Amino acid sequence: MLLASSQFDELRLDRMSRSFGTVNALKDISLTIRKGEFIALLGPSGCGKSTALNCLAGLLATTGGSIYLDDRRLDQLKPEDRGFGMVFQNYALFPHMTVKANVGFGLKMRGMAKAEAARRVDEALALVRLETQGNKLPGQLSGGQQQRVAIARAIVIEPPLVLMDEPLSNLDAKLRLEMRAEIRRIHNQLGATTVYVTHDQDEALSLADRIVVLRDGTIRQMGSPRDLYENPDHLDVAEFMGYRNRLAGTLVDRDGARGTVDVGGVKLSGTVRGDIATGGSAIVVARSDDITVTDSKANALAATVETIEYRGREYVGTARKADSAEVVFHAARPVSVGNPVSLSVDAGRTLIFPA
Amino acid sequence: MADPQPSLRQRLALRGIDGVTLLALPAILFVLAVFIYPFAYGLLLSFEPKEGGALANYQRFFSDPFLYRTIATTLWLAIPVTVISLALAVPIALRVRLMTRQRLLTTILVLPVTLGTVLVAEGLLNYLGPQGWFSRTLMLFGVIEHPLKLTNNYWGVFASLIITGFPFTFLLTLSYVTGIDPALEHAAATHGAGAWQRFRHVFLPLLAPGLAISACLSFVQAFAVFPSAILLGAPAGPTRVISIAAYQAAFEQYDYSMASAIAMIMAAVQMVIVVAILAFRNLFYRGSTAGGKG
Repeated sequence: MLLASSQFDELRLDRMSRSFGTVNALKDISLTIRKGEFIALLGPSGCGKSTALNCLAGLLATTGGSIYLDDRRLDQLKPEDRGFGMVFQNYALFPHMTVKANVGFGLKMRGMAKAEAARRVDEALALVRLETQGNKLPGQLSGGQQQRVAIARAIVIEPPLVLMDEPLSNLDAKLRLEMRAEIRRIHNQLGATTVYVTHDQDEALSLADRIVVLRDGTIRQMGSPRDLYENPDHLDVAEFMGYRNRLAGTLVDRDGARGTVDVGGVKLSGTVRGDIATGGSAIVVARSDDITVTDSKANALAATVETIEYRGREYVGTARKADSAEVVFHAARPVSVGNPVSLSVDAGRTLIFPA
Repeated sequence: MADPQPSLRQRLALRGIDGVTLLALPAILFVLAVFIYPFAYGLLLSFEPKEGGALANYQRFFSDPFLYRTIATTLWLAIPVTVISLALAVPIALRVRLMTRQRLLTTILVLPVTLGTVLVAEGLLNYLGPQGWFSRTLMLFGVIEHPLKLTNNYWGVFASLIITGFPFTFLLTLSYVTGIDPALEHAAATHGAGAWQRFRHVFLPLLAPGLAISACLSFVQAFAVFPSAILLGAPAGPTRVISIAAYQAAFEQYDYSMASAIAMIMAAVQMVIVVAILAFRNLFYRGSTAGGKG
């Protein structure tokens, strides 16, 4: 049976940094990863998440800070001496080797006896459900199968850490969901410590034990998926977690964590995050499913419907307010494009940030 | 009303023949005029010797050591030149691939192509000759006592062939090397392969088919050596290559039939080597060198 091998307790990044010339791609990343954890590095492109992964793998040298696996310092080691497994965005399977040879590559490099290596390769292929494809070349497999081979190749060496670099982004939507479940299942079965890079918050939310949101090369927030989803403590984290509506206004009332913002005459209340004094400018953020069509005009946003899409159970539309701000909303019944609409905002789930 | 039989034009188009196909005509005529016809003419001419039966020229070639030894002499130049060019080109290409300012280095390496054999030969005569500053510098520092003999022998021709042939080999090799997805090397490294193992298990097998083509071109070029064998070599002895034998038959003995026979033998030897290299190439994986979906 494959195991989440190598006895270790934690992987520690201590102020890990990487600069390219004068540009700091990564600034003072400090993070402790416990054995068996599934960590997602989440952020938009250019936030430094791939740089962080490549620094961990050793494919890119760090320019500051250190990486420790328990007491062993890793950041000066070459990638081949770190003993990690890695899954690449474009799979990076060796095109001239069979599936079995690809999976067994790491074992061969470690000089493992052939019989033992073959046994472990078979186990790894069974784990990713590719037992029957072992003698094919990667080019003969579908994208999803190729990515499974890549996963098998990374886990067969029983690495202390598995690195995954946007492994699902080359797959189509349906396959992506399947493989996501597959990765979760393999993680549950092996308990391999994993660092997973993605720009897709759904992937991060559904896979990770802990999400690290990166922005401009620094950690903006980290926590459990639920933590980040419900309590983002930065405007850009909120945006990433699906708070698509941003409404600018003035804080008119504050009572502890609760506050009320005047947005063009409409009073919206919500939970205040950060420091804002009464009278200061604020931004109200809300998810599209927390903004719904209402019949009453009282305390509702007035806007004109611009688009409306049928989503099966409900409708999702965009509307524009008189001050040209766009609002994304949900509706139970269709509304006509070009017509005025009144929208109410769920105060219980609205957040207020300093502008 | 539908025509039950597709028109001739449609039927031709289905087989990939249409108006555009006519554009190939000049090329076909050109190949016929400058390659097929002279080759066929030469082949027939070689069987019409000045004296003796149809095969007299070939019998004469293979019974006269002064003639048949030119094959070995030429191979003895062309094969080491090919192997050494490739052996130099691969590591340099692997390094150049990682550089940001590839163009400058590539230009320097490719420059000899533009010089021409004669200029290179002249330069080498001055540089490597007994009074050239290669020997003089070594003598100045007391490394050697007498000038090294590096021209008008095997080594002069060898150096000239490497200098003029290397750029071609290098450029071809570089294009094959840069065609390999860098993620494959990263994957190999993270899964425990050191630099040599990465070369041995990933780069070499993926490069082998390309290197075989480079080897063929380099070999054919070196095998046809003529000017540098005369200018820098010892055309009467160690560098009496097969093209010199053909030249002498044609323009010193005015025996065009014999010259044609030698040319045919030359072609046959090249063919054997090239076919052998290409057969070897078939042993390797020859598909895409990308690591996955592009």
